[in-house]
Amino acid sequence: MNLHEVSRLLDGSILTGSRREDIEIDRAYAVDLLSDVLALTDERTTLITGNISPQVVRVADILNVIAIIFVRGKRPNESAISYAETLGIPIVWTKKTMFETCGLMYANGVRPCKNRPMAAPES
Amino acid sequence: MQEPAHGGARKLVHHVRAGDIEHGGLASAQIKRQLSGLGVAPQDARRAGIIAFEAEMNLVVYATNGGTITVAVSERFIDIEVEDAGPGIEDIDQALTPGFSTAPPWARELGFGAGMGLTNIKANADWFEIHSHIGSGTRILCRIERRRHDASGHRPTTRA
Repeated sequence: MNLHEVSRLLDGSILTGSRREDIEIDRAYAVDLLSDVLALTDERTTLITGNISPQVVRVADILNVIAIIFVRGKRPNESAISYAETLGIPIVWTKKTMFETCGLMYANGVRPCKNRPMAAPES
Repeated sequence: MQEPAHGGARKLVHHVRAGDIEHGGLASAQIKRQLSGLGVAPQDARRAGIIAFEAEMNLVVYATNGGTITVAVSERFIDIEVEDAGPGIEDIDQALTPGFSTAPPWARELGFGAGMGLTNIKANADWFEIHSHIGSGTRILCRIERRRHDASGHRPTTRA
């Protein structure tokens, strides 16, 4: 699925990056905790999040995330959107919950990206 | 900020202010870009960016007066040094335990406090050291061994 199709599937809108709406979205990771995002080992993943802190786009930049989907109607501020625009990272905004977003995307062929699991506690 | 360092290395120095959530993470994004500009492989720049980001947010959230991130890039290594002047970590082993966090509620609301900061730093470094004393501060030293590209620029391999 490309970015345009993802946005349509989620009844969302592309806040920035409409010129890149043909990029392929084949892997995704859904999380609000930024340290969990930073444990991702895959590049070229899409980030699904309800976290609209100023750090989200910076983390996406560091990790080479290819697109960000902000869920449950949480909209990043204009400076975050223009920063993403400068970096060429497309942003999709949807009112759907994280669960619905993940379900719809998975049902349409998007698969999980790899991350580094948290070490199991010693017994 | 970029300064020449000894032995042909380049040195990047970034000062991070305590409590400055608005700008937190910008220095790390800049470090990643600067490293890419210096010809560092994308995977290595990404690892350095992750280390710098986690360290930067630790300085923002915990360090009394912020601190400094210094990155030295030589032909073989990326050395990252993070220093603050306090308050210091009481129990380093506990701080290194995945999931352990002393983040205040305001930081948790912003998506921090997963207790993965130092774990992520360690996981992305080929060599890692942390020294901390209550009252005098914390110093973290990390080294990334640089990969090199093959002729096509793909499938970089770690140097022997």
